[in-house]
Amino acid sequence: MNPLAGTAADWVGLAILLPFAGFLANGALAFLKPKAKRTVSVIGVGSVVAAFVVAVAVFLAVRAAHPAVPYVQTFWSWIPVGDLSVNAGLQVDQLSVVMLLVVTGVSSLIHLFSVGYMHDDPGYARYFAYLNLFVAFMLVLVLGASFPVMFIGWEGVGLCSYLLIGFWFEEKEKADAGLKAFLVNRIGDVGFLIAMFLIFTHLGTLDFRETFARAPQGLAAGGGTVTAIALFLFMACVGKSAQIPLYVWLPDAMAGPTPVSALIHAATMVTAGVYLVARANILFAMAPVASAVVAGVGALTALFAATIGLKQWDIKKVLAYSTISQLGYMFVGVGVGAYASGMFHLVTHAFFKALLFLGAGSVIHVMHQAYHHTHRQADAQDMRNMGGLAAYMPWTARTMWVATLAIAGIPPLAGFFSKDGILGAAFARGQGQPFYLLVWLLGIVAAFLTAFYMGRLMLYTFHGPNRTGDLERPYLTEAPWVMTAPLIVLAALTIVGGALNLPHVETLRHWLEPLTAQSAAFVPDLALSGGVEIGLMVGAALIGIAGLWLAGRILKPEALLPPERAPQETGFAKLLLEKYRVDEFYRRFIIEPLVWFARVVLWKGVDAGLIDTAGVNGSAALARGLGWIGSRIESGQVGTYVVFFLIGAVAVLAALLK
Amino acid sequence: MLLGPSLAVSAILFSIGVMGVLLRRNAIVILMCIELMLNAVNLTFVALSQQLGLDGQVFVFFVMTVAAAEAAVGLAIIIALYRHRDTVNLQRINLLRG
Repeated sequence: MNPLAGTAADWVGLAILLPFAGFLANGALAFLKPKAKRTVSVIGVGSVVAAFVVAVAVFLAVRAAHPAVPYVQTFWSWIPVGDLSVNAGLQVDQLSVVMLLVVTGVSSLIHLFSVGYMHDDPGYARYFAYLNLFVAFMLVLVLGASFPVMFIGWEGVGLCSYLLIGFWFEEKEKADAGLKAFLVNRIGDVGFLIAMFLIFTHLGTLDFRETFARAPQGLAAGGGTVTAIALFLFMACVGKSAQIPLYVWLPDAMAGPTPVSALIHAATMVTAGVYLVARANILFAMAPVASAVVAGVGALTALFAATIGLKQWDIKKVLAYSTISQLGYMFVGVGVGAYASGMFHLVTHAFFKALLFLGAGSVIHVMHQAYHHTHRQADAQDMRNMGGLAAYMPWTARTMWVATLAIAGIPPLAGFFSKDGILGAAFARGQGQPFYLLVWLLGIVAAFLTAFYMGRLMLYTFHGPNRTGDLERPYLTEAPWVMTAPLIVLAALTIVGGALNLPHVETLRHWLEPLTAQSAAFVPDLALSGGVEIGLMVGAALIGIAGLWLAGRILKPEALLPPERAPQETGFAKLLLEKYRVDEFYRRFIIEPLVWFARVVLWKGVDAGLIDTAGVNGSAALARGLGWIGSRIESGQVGTYVVFFLIGAVAVLAALLK
Repeated sequence: MLLGPSLAVSAILFSIGVMGVLLRRNAIVILMCIELMLNAVNLTFVALSQQLGLDGQVFVFFVMTVAAAEAAVGLAIIIALYRHRDTVNLQRINLLRG
């Protein structure tokens, strides 16, 4: 009997049902009474806050019981086919409850922020319907007790992501961005499916509990099977969590409303891949090659995206690349076997990145309003149009500075501890395997770049002279309280979040131990000696400070020109501005050949040539030819018929008499 | 008694009828040839009834009845055909050609 039975954990399904009910209600309102904004706000925010309350209750129950095994609730038998039996079930354990709290908590704040941000949008009800649906699906993903149930949530959040990126679908490029996100994610999802097939073939189950219990006996550690499973799972993560080479959809996803970027494309959905690796930690621990791939891809992505972030002018694009980069860190964490550190960074990142995005949203909101007042067509997201905003929006500036210091890794903010935990683990792993030292080095460089581009963002946005325009300047004010309040709450969380997993206290690591204990046998001890550890910490902090200092030192906000008068970039800076031309590369070498193949081979060749000509028209011609031959017999001459009749009669007689 | 010659005659009559149906073009003659074949069969029935019982003789009456009906209907069709096409040559009557 699980100690969680009979506690609040039994009601965890409510956390999914409440936002789903909110989706249904808001969806109905979107059709029937799209103007009823007050009702929509109450339902939209209320349902998610209620889910958060459920989450807190479940968390308290888990903390009180601290079960050694996950508590699975089975509702009905979902796919009973032959040997395959998948139950619709939810799983409450230390890992899912962490995600449950983060998702519902951050969602509540972002829903509240959205009330202010989306207030004047005609699609207000539709927006909240989608956002509620997203929360419901995200919780299915997090709470699912088996791979297929998780996959439902996995696909569901992808759907909501698509709907919300293309929320303003009247503009073609935004609709296209949604499509791009959806299609790129499909590539990764193939990996998820193949991994599920492999798991079922080799372990005979898809339940989390069963799979992970059988894995150490059923699969050879380090063998090809477990490596393939882990790599295919990671392929799914690469798509969902925007790692190289499938990261290209995330920057485009910024076409959606900014709170969506904060919730889906920074704090929750994109971290699903990290959650998946942490969930399946035993599979990854048993496959050191796959884990090395995870860490390597993560480190490369962290550095790669950080360099692009150096030269972007769109405030949201900077944050998008920053998100990709930070997700890379999380994969380094789970790749080196420090699953708790990866999850820790996921949590703190959810706080400070949501804060950064909401801050950017607040800035964009105000900029947009100012331009709206004067009817000027200017880019409200271009940092070259900002500058000096700290004087007009003090709370936004302050809270964003907190997040910036956190992401730059300045102690004692949350980001410092979580990033240091990951880099420290990579360094420790590097003692035995030099490959991980390279991972650590990439991470350190990326950390420096992170501090630099964040310093650049803050400097250009909030400091120096204001470049918005003389007519617009009087309209620059602080955002309403529904927008600043979530910022302040998130800033508070960013400040204290590090306490979750302080070095040597490691609350989160001990909290997650029941789920990662199995993997401990396969992963070497990642503890460092005291001196080295302190040295690394001081080094990490210094690197963050150096990045910020350098940004303040060499960047001159006074010299910035508005976008229309900005000089052409040259050399490497141009390459960075053009994002290494990866999109163009994909277009040239993947999309265009694929379109050519589809058009020339599949359409003109197979469809028009083979199926239409040989298949459809060919069979018709064959039937017509046979009919023509048959019609030759029908001469209309009775005599001929009689001859045939006679031949037939003789043949029948001959057959009968034989 | 005389079974062999009877069957031989009926076989010859039947063959003449078949050849007539096959080779002649006049519809009336073809109809007559069909009658010839029917009567050849009748002869066979009667001849074999010596050994196989009276069933064959009874059957002959049925065949004659049917033949009479067929002749009546067949001639009526031929007359109708002649009125439309002014010929009873079957080679020129081929409206049902495919």
